[in-house]
Amino acid sequence: MNASKLSVIGQSLPKIDAWAKVTGETKYADDMVLPRMAHGKLLRSPHPHALIKRVDTTRAAALPGVYAVITGRDLPRIKFGILPVSQDEEALCVDKVRMVGDAVAAVAAVDEETAEQAARLIEVEYEPLKPLMSIEESLASPDVRIHEYGDGPNVHKAVSLQFGDVEAAFAASHLVREDVFFFEGNTHLPMEQHAAVAHWGPDGKLTLWSSTQTPHYVHRLLSKILDTPQAHIRVVAAPVGGGFGGKLDPFAHEIAACKLSQVTGRPVKIALTREEVFYVHRGRHPVLMWVKTGFARDGAITGMHFRSWLDGGAYGSYGVASTFYTGALQTVTYNIPVYKFEGARVFTNKPPCGPKRGHGTPQPRFAVECQIDKAAEQLGLDPADMRRRNLTEPFTKTANHLTVSTTGLGECIDRVVEASGWRQKRGKLPPGRGIGIACSAYLTGAGSAIYWNDMPHSGAVVRADRSGLVAVLCGATDIGQGSDSVLAYLVAEVLGVQPKDIRVHPADTDLTPVDLGSYSSRVTLMAGNAAIQAATRLRDRIFEAAAKKLEVAPAQLAARDRRVFVIDDPDKGMSFAEAVVLGESMHGVLAFPGSYAPPKRAGKYKGGGVGPSPCYSFTACVVEVDVDAETGDVKPAEIWIAHDVGRALNPLLVEGQTEGSVYMGLGEALMEEQVFRKGVHKFPSMLDYKSPTTLETPEIHTILVETDDPEGPFGAKEAGQGPLLPVPPAVANAVHDAVGVRLDETPISPDKVLKALELKRQGKAPRVGPDKLPLFKFPEPKVVESAFGQPAENIAERPFGPQRPFGK
Amino acid sequence: MKTQITLRVNGETRDVVVPVHKTLLEVLREDLSLTGTKHGCELGECGTCTVLVDGVPVLSCLALPVELQGREIKTVEGMADNGRLHPLQQAFAELGAAQCGYCTPGILLTAEALLAGNTAPTRDEVRETLAGNLCRCTGYTKILEAVELAALRMHGSASRGTAEVPKA
Repeated sequence: MNASKLSVIGQSLPKIDAWAKVTGETKYADDMVLPRMAHGKLLRSPHPHALIKRVDTTRAAALPGVYAVITGRDLPRIKFGILPVSQDEEALCVDKVRMVGDAVAAVAAVDEETAEQAARLIEVEYEPLKPLMSIEESLASPDVRIHEYGDGPNVHKAVSLQFGDVEAAFAASHLVREDVFFFEGNTHLPMEQHAAVAHWGPDGKLTLWSSTQTPHYVHRLLSKILDTPQAHIRVVAAPVGGGFGGKLDPFAHEIAACKLSQVTGRPVKIALTREEVFYVHRGRHPVLMWVKTGFARDGAITGMHFRSWLDGGAYGSYGVASTFYTGALQTVTYNIPVYKFEGARVFTNKPPCGPKRGHGTPQPRFAVECQIDKAAEQLGLDPADMRRRNLTEPFTKTANHLTVSTTGLGECIDRVVEASGWRQKRGKLPPGRGIGIACSAYLTGAGSAIYWNDMPHSGAVVRADRSGLVAVLCGATDIGQGSDSVLAYLVAEVLGVQPKDIRVHPADTDLTPVDLGSYSSRVTLMAGNAAIQAATRLRDRIFEAAAKKLEVAPAQLAARDRRVFVIDDPDKGMSFAEAVVLGESMHGVLAFPGSYAPPKRAGKYKGGGVGPSPCYSFTACVVEVDVDAETGDVKPAEIWIAHDVGRALNPLLVEGQTEGSVYMGLGEALMEEQVFRKGVHKFPSMLDYKSPTTLETPEIHTILVETDDPEGPFGAKEAGQGPLLPVPPAVANAVHDAVGVRLDETPISPDKVLKALELKRQGKAPRVGPDKLPLFKFPEPKVVESAFGQPAENIAERPFGPQRPFGK
Repeated sequence: MKTQITLRVNGETRDVVVPVHKTLLEVLREDLSLTGTKHGCELGECGTCTVLVDGVPVLSCLALPVELQGREIKTVEGMADNGRLHPLQQAFAELGAAQCGYCTPGILLTAEALLAGNTAPTRDEVRETLAGNLCRCTGYTKILEAVELAALRMHGSASRGTAEVPKA
């Protein structure tokens, strides 16, 4: 029996909830049925921008089977939003609607059909206002205001940061390129439509079950919106049928369900239709980008100036963070000694954009990676070699004061180059076939919480039962990524039991310690480290009792294979369950907390809170495509992706996250677009909103690179978002290799490819992409010294165990 | 207008009294408590609500129970045999083919119909068969692998649900 070798970590195991999922037993929010439950429906605005002059609910309320009809006047007049700086939403709009789909009233009735009928009987008189449907329109119409706050008329946020002297760097560069790119907006399209069930009990306490990725923030905000103490509200996250960032905001249907439950004295369910999900959105921002980069003769980047304009839609959502994220991680992916970033998010009368897988970073990745491809061509360098020349150094700081710990990007590039046959293929494939490469880096958890405070970002309680069962209580939310399973693996490893011996109780604000939510790829690292700390505390107590019985020192013990035994004499020991009994006899109930907060590394400048992370994942991707010159169709033939995940806690799950990211990146690259005509979504249906099926998704070759990061649980970094980032630019670069045209905007649809090929035939610049920029004056930059190359500080210490113990 | 309908679901005879326009999806979920059948669009676009009718995949959101009396309807709850998982269920669990799990029931049933008529489908045949079932989590790779593994176990040497988990 080898006491030091890992027994669970690193194994390809089924998820602990896999059996429930393959038998249909998993209960998603809309599968819940409570006695006397009413069904709710929202009435939504058909106008993109209008004043509400009158709402008459009389006819709706009189319809047989209707229990209640409410409007915004039945709710406290308190605006809310996920970020404290953008409190601009109303669950039910009172005076004004800002997009098609804004809710104005809600109905509870005996069934869904009656509720829908009643909603249609509500009379709303609108006075239409001029809709502002693009960044240009919003900036050009300062007299029409979507909101009364922000950094200028219809400007939600404008930021400007400078780290070092970029102009001096450009002046000394061998090559300086300026390019403009556009990344189209798209939406999460989770298979499950959002649903919520609220029960405001006769004891005056409210319970909400919801398909949410962030029960903690919903908990906080419900208290505020409903003007009810947080202590009397319980939020339970149901298993989520796909999130990707789309279930990270508090939503009108959740709030309306709660209020309707209060006024009817019944549980109330509201389940959104697919069309409503398209309007609820909070997806990928459409971003227009200008990037100016200096290069040395050998391809080394000398400095970068990046500008982004984000089409934010009608509300703030996570938009301030999204804006900063379009500028934050350029310096983590590659060495950029000096850096300047300017970004602006503009309100428009469209559904609000927010965090979608990769939150604000796939867009700049597209711009930078396509530009590097162009620069490599100009400099006569191999694009893979040029990227390798620009790797960030491990355990150093970036220009914008972010701390890079481990990085496996060099190995990632080498592995995809090797596996794809890059050297034999690039520039040598037959006409119409091409190969492209791109790289990326991503956070493993946001280093700052939405509400700045000194409390943990994640907590867990691990309890051992006398039977030998181990219960893990943690506020984390499993959205399909397998976070419940990861907690089980980590605790099983520490306690020497099997995942089957563990039951994970997730995301219930009454029972589980807070975890901030399933966003920013934070759960494995943060909840994982908290669970490890809790399990280690539990193990220490059990060892103490077992050691006494075995007449050895606790340090001589190990736990493995459901046994606690003496390392040097493995036959001397006892079962885990026996050790628990001894432990409980000595110490009383065995339930221990673990807490985690990330290192405080925010740069000391305004905006420095967006971008820091305990560690970063790195990815390199090679895509091979076939381009049909007749139809303009781009068909990805094969994809190779290498991802530095720190350590693969369960390789099967990491591969799954990587493959899913690649797939979603392909959809964004080639077909997905959330676009509007006259204020209305062009195609709010799954048939017309194109997403890849089995037929459009090619073979994906996943390579996992391990760098064993000191910050992560057993060395793990993130896997769920980063691998999306390099896919769209790798596709664009492959299209260039195939047919010699540049697609500087997404999606790379057949019409754009044909247009570019036509330009090429005419001898014009073979490029399709944006050619003008909004007239907009960014604020004066805050000039901060570049921290480029400074040594990292405050890195977690080995060995693993209670890493970064929180408190004492 | 409500009508009484007798349905055969997962080998059982079930009587329901429902409005004639109620879809099979709604009747399964709301009247028979078979919530394993999910809905993604309720417009016949995503394949999530797929069930089998006489062994053939049908989108339950577009099917009317009044037209299905006497037909054999099978939902995901009917796939396991007295608690023993169907090889497809076993393979999907082992290979990580279900992430959020929401599209899984529809894909399992579509795949079951495929394997009933084709004991050793090629990957392209599996792709073709599942092209009407959207999945946003997996990138389809593990789904295709799981269908192939199940086919091997059902029609190759391995016995039902007992084969070793292949190492990833």
